Amino acid sequence: MTEFALEEMILNMGPHHPSTHGVLRFIVRTDGEMMLRATPDVGFLHRGIEKIAELMPYESFMPYTDRIDYLSSLNCNLGYALTVERLAGIEAPEKAEYLRVIGAELTRIGSHLIAVGALLLDLGAVTPFVHALRERETYNSLMEMLCGARLTHHYVRIGGVAFDAPDGFIEKALSFVNHLEYEFLDEFNKLISFNSILIKRLANVGIITPEKALEFTLVGPNLRGSGIKFDLRKDEPYSIYDRFDFEIPSGSGKFGVQGDAYDRYWVRIEEIKQSCRIVRQAINQMPEHGEIKTKISKPFKIPAGEIYVRTECPRGELGFYLISAGGKTPYRLKIRTGSFSAMTIIEELSEGVMVADLVAIIGSLDVVAPEIDR
Amino acid sequence: METKKLIELLGEKLSSFIVKADKMPNNDLLILIKKESLLSVMDTLKNDLELKFNVLMNHLGVDYTESFAVIYNLYSFKLKKKVTVKAYMEHENPEVDSIESVFKGVNWFERETYDLLGIRFRGHSNLKRLLLPSDWEGHPLRKDYIYPEEYNGLILKREENCK
Amino acid sequence: MLERYNIVNRFKEDHLFITTKVETALNLARANSVWYLLMGLACCSIELMQTGGPRADIDRFGSLFRATPRQSDLMIVAGTVTLKMAPRLRRLYDQMADPKYVIAMGSCANCGGPFTHSYSVLKGVDKIIPVDVYLPGCPPRPEALTEALIKIQEKIKKEKYLMKDET
Repeated sequence: MTEFALEEMILNMGPHHPSTHGVLRFIVRTDGEMMLRATPDVGFLHRGIEKIAELMPYESFMPYTDRIDYLSSLNCNLGYALTVERLAGIEAPEKAEYLRVIGAELTRIGSHLIAVGALLLDLGAVTPFVHALRERETYNSLMEMLCGARLTHHYVRIGGVAFDAPDGFIEKALSFVNHLEYEFLDEFNKLISFNSILIKRLANVGIITPEKALEFTLVGPNLRGSGIKFDLRKDEPYSIYDRFDFEIPSGSGKFGVQGDAYDRYWVRIEEIKQSCRIVRQAINQMPEHGEIKTKISKPFKIPAGEIYVRTECPRGELGFYLISAGGKTPYRLKIRTGSFSAMTIIEELSEGVMVADLVAIIGSLDVVAPEIDR
Repeated sequence: METKKLIELLGEKLSSFIVKADKMPNNDLLILIKKESLLSVMDTLKNDLELKFNVLMNHLGVDYTESFAVIYNLYSFKLKKKVTVKAYMEHENPEVDSIESVFKGVNWFERETYDLLGIRFRGHSNLKRLLLPSDWEGHPLRKDYIYPEEYNGLILKREENCK
Repeated sequence: MLERYNIVNRFKEDHLFITTKVETALNLARANSVWYLLMGLACCSIELMQTGGPRADIDRFGSLFRATPRQSDLMIVAGTVTLKMAPRLRRLYDQMADPKYVIAMGSCANCGGPFTHSYSVLKGVDKIIPVDVYLPGCPPRPEALTEALIKIQEKIKKEKYLMKDET
């Protein structure tokens, strides 16, 4: 048998690559099919949102928060609105809080649908993606009913929400979550989640131990996939999340080792279920009539001070560090996102895995490019 | 744990380092330290058995025109408390110790701060630009930053009526 | 329908032959198999994906996505073009085989959109590559993208492709 010499090759993956979820670039050092290290190169979507925040009045910055993470725009709206409200000492009316939660959880469902669908698309299966997109279209129509936009919602305002739920929205939202929880997820699991090919591609791949997850400050489903039950909706309830009964799914090594790619995938599937539960409870509890927006002073100014508020986005902790100098615009706004820290761990995970597994790792971490670059 | 108690506990553990301790509007705690003591403060916060602030949530830099500041947000699973650590530095040649040896995950955060604000981190393993192209000039989040009019032959000047 | 494309059926009895100009037949074939390069950059890429999805189903018009520029006829620039991305975008465009078309999808690709205030965003993709159809919206709906594709098809059908000088 001949000995194969180690031949190091440098491979460029991206920035335009079908399986890198937007514009990311990896400089991959490989020896044949084995990967020595994949170094991420980001910034291809750096749009300077933090600088724009310093130029804009507080209310005018809201549409930009949609574009921090376009898959979970309403959650980003909510995070920003809560940050400004807490520093200014405003409270949103009760009905507005319910509408926010309903919107945010529906958006979470929509985001997770893309996350699992795109992961499977990257692994080479087109059909699951089409299944997920079919359900996402219903979500798009629902949000369009609520706020008129399919993707970038701009629904939450400082001090409340923009519109009341229109007639028929509640019924449609209910039937959507019922369909998802009782019909779609069962079908999806039977067809895809328990498919042995998928299990072989994801189980035991990209294992993140709890210690490593904390070291690299992973958040959200990626952290929970490693077995740490930490969810800001439960552990640090914001808005009105303390009124709902739901569970925090976490990875347990269902088909492999705890913290592998399958665990992260499975946490997202389970979270869709929990979001359906929250939406149902919120609809039941929501008062029928009531104010939807607290009046804010115009021009809107908030007192000098600084605050850090974090909320649970589909991609994990979304934190806004806001420094106000008392003017009409923020003095400094730092946006801390989940994908940013998820990206840092890829270099560590990529050592000694196959090139094809890199795609599974990126997909399972659910990285969205504008969240990293902002 | 009450924020008041935490202030007392921190005062006990870090008495020689804390310049000022403040309550933030979110019921969090803000401690102001000297930049020379950043590494030892971070080490104590993370490794002290009573504190265990082992999660680095966020890091940012701020330009206060006459000075710069670095801010770190830490979280403790044990106490279920957040703490914000802030250190000021001079505006000329801003430089501070990298805390990479304590929190490994800070690597990219510090690179981003270097990229956008030009604060140098002493002892960082790979202090290069993260988001902007490597041949970019200036640091955009500085308050005195002037927008470039041209980059590699691409004209960027904004139209007059755009604002 | 047939008259519209200048196709004359001379053998009405058995419908076996049709005669037309070579150019018209070529254009008809080209217009109905516009394969697009999946150039998803930002928010618009989600709408681009959903246009290919089950509801809008852009496959009806003979379009499907290709991951490589070598096999595509149409580049849909979906999203914000930053200065770091601009040279790469140009290189991908150069790699596409002629004849090639470009749709600038969304306000960002048209003129910078909401990010005109930014220091690192290219104010319109037309500064680096020629654009055939500008599609406004932030982001445009799948229906709008379908309309833009139909506009491209109309343009292709009108072209005097064989008379073009090779340059």
